[in-house]
Amino acid sequence: MNFWEYLSNRHQQLLTDAYQHASAVFQCMVAATVIGVLIGIVAYRTEWGASLATTATSTILTIPSLAMIGLLIPIVGLGVPPTVIALTLYGLLPIVRNSIVGLRGVDPSLVDAATGIGMSRLMRLVRVELPLAWPPILTGIRVSTQMLMGIAAIAAYASGPGLGNEIFRGIGSLGSKNALNQVLAGTLGIIILALLFDAAYVLIGRLTISRGIRA
Amino acid sequence: MPEPSAGHATTGATIELDALTKVYPGSSAPAVDNVSMEIKAGEIVIFVGPSGCGKSTTLKMINRLIEPTGGRIRIGGEDVTDMDPVKLRRKVGYAIQSAGLFPHMTVAQNIALVPKMTGWPKARIKARVEELLDLVGLDPGEFHGRYPRQLSGGQQQRVGVARALSADPPVLLMDEPFGAVDPITRDHLQDELIRLQHELHKTIVFVTHDFDEAIKIGDRIAVLREHSHIAQFDTPEAILTNPADDFVSGFVGAGAALKRLNLTRVRDVEITDYPTVTLDDPLQEIFNRLRGSGTNEILLLDKRGRPYKWLRRGDLMRARGSLARAGTLVSDTVTRDATLRDALEAVLTDNAGRVAVTGRRGEYEGVVDMETLINSVHELLEADRLDALEHQHELQELRSAQTHAEQEGAEGGSKA
Ligand SMILES: Nc1ncnc2c1ncn2[C@@H]1O[C@H](COP(=O)(O)OP(=O)(O)O)[C@@H](O)[C@H]1O
Ligand SMILES: [Mg+2]
Repeated sequence: MNFWEYLSNRHQQLLTDAYQHASAVFQCMVAATVIGVLIGIVAYRTEWGASLATTATSTILTIPSLAMIGLLIPIVGLGVPPTVIALTLYGLLPIVRNSIVGLRGVDPSLVDAATGIGMSRLMRLVRVELPLAWPPILTGIRVSTQMLMGIAAIAAYASGPGLGNEIFRGIGSLGSKNALNQVLAGTLGIIILALLFDAAYVLIGRLTISRGIRA
Repeated sequence: MPEPSAGHATTGATIELDALTKVYPGSSAPAVDNVSMEIKAGEIVIFVGPSGCGKSTTLKMINRLIEPTGGRIRIGGEDVTDMDPVKLRRKVGYAIQSAGLFPHMTVAQNIALVPKMTGWPKARIKARVEELLDLVGLDPGEFHGRYPRQLSGGQQQRVGVARALSADPPVLLMDEPFGAVDPITRDHLQDELIRLQHELHKTIVFVTHDFDEAIKIGDRIAVLREHSHIAQFDTPEAILTNPADDFVSGFVGAGAALKRLNLTRVRDVEITDYPTVTLDDPLQEIFNRLRGSGTNEILLLDKRGRPYKWLRRGDLMRARGSLARAGTLVSDTVTRDATLRDALEAVLTDNAGRVAVTGRRGEYEGVVDMETLINSVHELLEADRLDALEHQHELQELRSAQTHAEQEGAEGGSKA
């Protein structure tokens, strides 16, 4: 069976895997974004807060993904939970770092002006600081997403969802007639998903970054 | 609900600073040390002084962007030292250098911010934005939807002023608002601020390190030295003609007489009427006026009544009766709001030593010439000199009265 025949034979399964892969990455990205931006907001004002947040999230990234999932299985069991937790944790660093950089990059005279015309702290954050820090934050989200696309494949190790299953099955049956097709299909699927997500981010950028600050 | 407009807008409130002090954490010397002053409702007070003397710190304590470490602040008689700072700031307009416009919002959104926060209805905000753009000399239709980066520095500054005025606050704080624009634009913005203030009568506290700017727009000037100590707090005239000490005279700088010209405006001097004709007048009529008028020159106005050309006897003959070729184009005009310095400049560069005065839309109103200017300046300086003498006299009397009282007091003390 050549690769194309394999694809047409198995397209139902592949589409399901791809959908689950995308869905897992998307949901983890939403969680990582919310948590990462919140950490950034809490941390950016002080020097020590900022370095603590950056160091902590980059330490997470140094843990090999297989080890991380391996460590999570005894705690939360197999399946979706270890995948979601691991992916969310891995996704944090670029978002936290870019949130801090972005929030710190806001011109202090604008913060002064915002306070001076009578904005409360929350209003200043929501109306002025976050919108101005949004382009670098969005870049962080993009980088995170690309990273998670690859890492999500490891989830199959813990019986998680996604295209990783395809790859793991292939690796597990190396030498059999479909092994290479399986690995290839899984990998290509991930690359295509990554490109689609990236295109979506370009669109999101267009829609959410004010024309006044768009490059 | 009545729309706020220049006609019945909120006018200024008094500001009292009472022993206001600021010591920044980690520094031993106070940045602002025990400053007391009373600012009257509706006046423009300028804080002027060298860089780092504490002008901004003093100003920012008025809207509590910086919390004082000592002293009280009262606005319109109400003690605001402990009031909710967010509420306070919505009643105090604030404009800063480089305008501080939010780049991700349009001009209209920037201006609408404060009214929105204050909870105005949509329609009223919309009308207010248009009104304010108009007030600061920007065409609402054109500028409404633009982003700050699509504006020149001067236009941004105008929007900054409009935003500061948006909720019609009685008090306006301005921290070197025109510090970052080129000199010509700055001059225009200063003129505009003076015009605005004529309509609005807000209480304005304006920080600058430029003494010329201070005398141009201030009703009163507080010359500040280190720790925001007040070296002199008086009218521009008094400071120019009677500086309190060497620090102030050093700050006033050379050329006090020339600077005095900045304090008087064309509307304060005699504007002479000049024989005029318009482009629509028949040629014969123009000849007659030229011959009939006492002077040997008349002013030709264009179709909208604006000065167009100076016509001398003979000009028309030489140009064979063609108005298009005859005469000299009017190169420079001044308005009644221009300072005498501007007028003098225009007169000096004009080869015949006169300049046409125009109204708001550029229409002809009269002419000022060299002789009028020189006479006015002489009168002004003489009046200033007399004022200064009188002022000194009063001071001396006050001092001798004080010494007298002290001596009596000392005697009383020794008896006890
Ligand atoms: N946030 C701050 N922390 C510590 N010191 C400050 C702060 N802001 C200003 N200063 C100091 O206070 C003094 C007055 O500053 P400022 O009011 O900005 O002066 P000006 O506006 O007249 O140039 C300066 O010596 C300055 O270094
Ligand atoms: Mg300053």
